[in-house]
Amino acid sequence: MGAALPVVAALREFLPQRAILHEEEDTRPYECDGLTAYRQLPMVVALPETEEQVRRILQVCAALKVPVVPRGAGTGLSGGALPPGDGVLLSMAKFMRVLRIDPLARVAVVQPGVRNAVVSELAAPHGLYYAPDPSSQIACTIGGNVSENSGGVHCLKYGLTLHNVLGVRGFTIDGEPIELGGEASDAPGYDLLALAIGSEGMLFVLTEVTLKLLPKPQCARVIMASFDDVEKAGGAVADIIGAGIVPAGLEMMDRPATRAVEQFVGAGYDLEAAAILLCESDGTPEEVDDEVARMKAVLERAGATRMTVSRDETERLRFWSGRKAAFPAVGRISPDYYCMDGTIPRKRLGEVLAFIGSLETRYGLRCPNVFHAGDGNLHPLILFDANNADELHRTELFAAEVLEKCVEVGGTITGEHGVGVEKINQMCVQFGAPELELFHGVKRAFDPHGLLNPGKAVPSLARCAEYGRMRVHGGRLPHPELPRF
Amino acid sequence: MILEEFQQRIRAAVDRKAALRLRGGGTKDFYGGALRGEVLDTRGYSGIVEYEPTELVVTARCGTPLEELERILEQNAQCLPFEPPHFGAGATLGGCVAAGLSGPRRAAAGALRDFVLGAKLIDGRGQALAFGGRVMKNVAGYDVSRLLAGSLGTLGLIAEVSLKLAPRPQAQATLRLEAPQARALELMNRWAGQPLPISATAWREGELAVRLSGSTGGVRAAAAKIGGAVAADDLWPGLREQTDAFFAGPEPLWRLSVPSAAPPLELPGRQLIEWNGALRWLKSPAAPAAVRAAARTVKGHATLFRAADKSAGCFDALDPVAARLHRQLKTTFDPAGVFNPGRIYPEF
Repeated sequence: MGAALPVVAALREFLPQRAILHEEEDTRPYECDGLTAYRQLPMVVALPETEEQVRRILQVCAALKVPVVPRGAGTGLSGGALPPGDGVLLSMAKFMRVLRIDPLARVAVVQPGVRNAVVSELAAPHGLYYAPDPSSQIACTIGGNVSENSGGVHCLKYGLTLHNVLGVRGFTIDGEPIELGGEASDAPGYDLLALAIGSEGMLFVLTEVTLKLLPKPQCARVIMASFDDVEKAGGAVADIIGAGIVPAGLEMMDRPATRAVEQFVGAGYDLEAAAILLCESDGTPEEVDDEVARMKAVLERAGATRMTVSRDETERLRFWSGRKAAFPAVGRISPDYYCMDGTIPRKRLGEVLAFIGSLETRYGLRCPNVFHAGDGNLHPLILFDANNADELHRTELFAAEVLEKCVEVGGTITGEHGVGVEKINQMCVQFGAPELELFHGVKRAFDPHGLLNPGKAVPSLARCAEYGRMRVHGGRLPHPELPRF
Repeated sequence: MILEEFQQRIRAAVDRKAALRLRGGGTKDFYGGALRGEVLDTRGYSGIVEYEPTELVVTARCGTPLEELERILEQNAQCLPFEPPHFGAGATLGGCVAAGLSGPRRAAAGALRDFVLGAKLIDGRGQALAFGGRVMKNVAGYDVSRLLAGSLGTLGLIAEVSLKLAPRPQAQATLRLEAPQARALELMNRWAGQPLPISATAWREGELAVRLSGSTGGVRAAAAKIGGAVAADDLWPGLREQTDAFFAGPEPLWRLSVPSAAPPLELPGRQLIEWNGALRWLKSPAAPAAVRAAARTVKGHATLFRAADKSAGCFDALDPVAARLHRQLKTTFDPAGVFNPGRIYPEF
């Protein structure tokens, strides 16, 4: 603990005892986020309660050159909140006040530790809600959502976090106040808010977020459609979009996924189907009736073998419960699972699923698939046993191949979970050296000392050279000037 | 390979310490600050790179005429949901994204930047860089492609853009109601909080216009709820393109971007309100400081949109932290300062 002392002593000058944790028994709960394969005890955990405390913590860390990693609820799936062994884990858990809900202006001003689901609960009496609904919404925080640009199952129609955040406030590493966006539709100058959202805690620390609230649709109904072939289900997704319909939600699960889920929650899924689609319509009763009829016609033509339309809200929520519980359900049929997050152009779905199938055989590992079909965002779940070192190794190779396939077909390595520490090597595949250099330039503009969440999200060029799987431009390796290891 | 020609022009400009003025159709030359440097015409790099209607995404080169792009989308019953203004014949996609302006549907559908999925950029070193992609969800790396929206070409040459699209609404109707300004603001904000298919609103001189877009049944039900008289739909293109009579006359045109529920702004001159109250156009001879102060009082900002004399600057001043970030980002993207110097702020 000796190394911790200077920063602890400096923090004690303005933080109460209970807001500084540095004994192992206290810091242990913070050793990982939702990506439990990576663990690191933080040197110190700080739990500020006021903006002034956040400002001073950052100033102390900047002065002592101590790294800082912000953390919300720790539900992230890419290790973005993996603590620094030599620095301060800045827990924003006590920033849990909803500062203001303005029903006429349709905005909510909240602190970053407020849980996602709380916003919609408090907005509900006004007929409003906050649209992004990641599966972890009962636990995950708005601050974490902003840092990761979180999605959910309604993104195609209602957008990502990016589309639903109006402004943010916080502090730079030097403790300067920073305010981007606001309640107006735009701000003068560059759209720095766009840079901030999804920046994985690399640029500054959030202390306040202004959210856009939307009118709650009067009603919603979901169609559960069965297909005897995964590719046909993929084709049906394209047909729906091609017919000019933007469903409120459009999700696919393959048979291994529905079978895992059904044992767990009893959602009423068709277990004989090779894949099922959940296709939701929302709006006024007139709009929903009209759209459900159009959706059914398209799904039928696309070869649906069975269709069930939710009759009431209870049934609709039951159909969704399986999808929302997919990760924990899979967690019950396997000691461990590894969740991927690639996004692909929808038309390449059949090809990518076939490729994943071939990897299951090659690596001897099972891989059920849940899929935000409307957005092309895949969540293949590789099942493995972490106590078996060889299985863990095969899982990592399997996952890397899937992510690189996503890039190859014109997609991305991460749709909504973030890069964190998990996908940092694959960033070398997705981007060339000039893009990575520019990202580092953006980082330096906000955080010149490189103290915020160091080593995450954007790999150093040296790391890419070591990884040795860089994108090749025109037959030439990028950054040939670097040594190979 | 015209892209390589652009790269060579840029590298040569860096070597000569010359400024470049990136320009498509020149329809937005009136917008923003000084026009300085040798013109680099982007219109030669034109055409759709990829468009598959079932993906709801189009990728096109910067010189593609906006009109041509919109026509092709229309043939597939799709559209750019943010209804970008052209401001004249020959507007290009690159200029549209660089200006970052959205039209009447912005409050309902989102802004231009919300629909940017990816971009290819030639930076101030002449490097071709690719950010984002052609998929709906992508959180790999900082969101540089959206940063480019509205950057007025000061960060680099936006060579290609991928945009998310939307299906064209099946049905549309416009309604007109009598309402004084304060009442109109309240109505627009109240309606926006209800599940109604309102796709545009506009108020001026005691008259409120509301456009509904969506399914036939949805539009009919909403029209019954809102009331008023059914009117022609031809109001909206005139507002989008500023060919409407409101925009005529010699007084400066101000664009005030404010919280939608902000009360009426007491300023001399005429006002036209869009976006449920979030956009207030002002034709006024008022002193720039007075207009900016009025916008700031309600937590908004003011842009001198069209004026003969823009010596007082077009955009609201940045706070010191934002100003420093702007300068550092500008240096990161364009270290020699070749692109459109002075177009946003005089100092870079």
